Amino acid sequence: MNEQLSNPETQKQEIVEQDQAERTRESRMYVPRVDIYESEAAIHILADIPGADENSIDITLEKNVLTIDADVHAEKPQDYSLMYAEYGIGGFRRKFNISNEIDQERIVAEVKDGVLKLVLPKSEKVTQKISVKAAKE
Amino acid sequence: MIYRRKSKPSLWEEMDKLQKEMNRMFDSAFTNRLNDRPLNSHDFPAMNVWTKAESGQVITAEIPGMNVDDLDIKVVGETLTISGSRQVPVDDENVRYHRQERGYGSFTRTIQLPFPIDVDKVEANYEKGVLKIWLPRAESDKPRKITVKAI
Repeated sequence: MNEQLSNPETQKQEIVEQDQAERTRESRMYVPRVDIYESEAAIHILADIPGADENSIDITLEKNVLTIDADVHAEKPQDYSLMYAEYGIGGFRRKFNISNEIDQERIVAEVKDGVLKLVLPKSEKVTQKISVKAAKE
Repeated sequence: MIYRRKSKPSLWEEMDKLQKEMNRMFDSAFTNRLNDRPLNSHDFPAMNVWTKAESGQVITAEIPGMNVDDLDIKVVGETLTISGSRQVPVDDENVRYHRQERGYGSFTRTIQLPFPIDVDKVEANYEKGVLKIWLPRAESDKPRKITVKAI
């Protein structure tokens, strides 16, 4: 029973404030669904953010925390009234901890048809490994 | 003290929501046709329905990442069918998936309209991942005003 209700594809997940701070605006916020995959050279993120465009998306990377913030201004059909609703309208926000070293200069973000595509190239400089020697007594 | 919020949903609204939720649950439990794993083809995409008594309905659906050519909208009589398929994700050996939350595959959804529509005037647009369909009510079905004559 639960599985049907929480069907990830049809129900948008609303953000639950985890820390004490709340948003000042009353509008709803949702968690965008994402695909994240890693290739040899980069980390790719695809996020579903229907209703947002290039002007309403904010992406920040600060100390390994990547934040995707998208505002949605949905135009309501004029003079029509909402009779039946299966989904709510609101912005999207999600944060990720990015573990790899990312080359911040070369991050590419593009949005098309409500899907944000982020490419985070891994930094060239390889993390230095420190070899451990067995100490002789 | 009575504390009241302007936008507080009434009990009836809550009940209504619950009922819709139940309906959806039963609907999808009995007629669940899945293609691959992916989209639950029965109740995807979620739709919002907007109405204006005289002129018809507008239906909006969030279907991000669609190719317009893969979207198929059909109107037969008083039923509307939306079908399409969303691209299968990259399948590459050199790629390692961390998360896979977005649905993919094909879907079909049919809904019953409350009135016959003017098929020639149906319009649809797809913008920023949101599909919007205008369904004008058929001229012959529009309510007519009857004037009362004084004798």
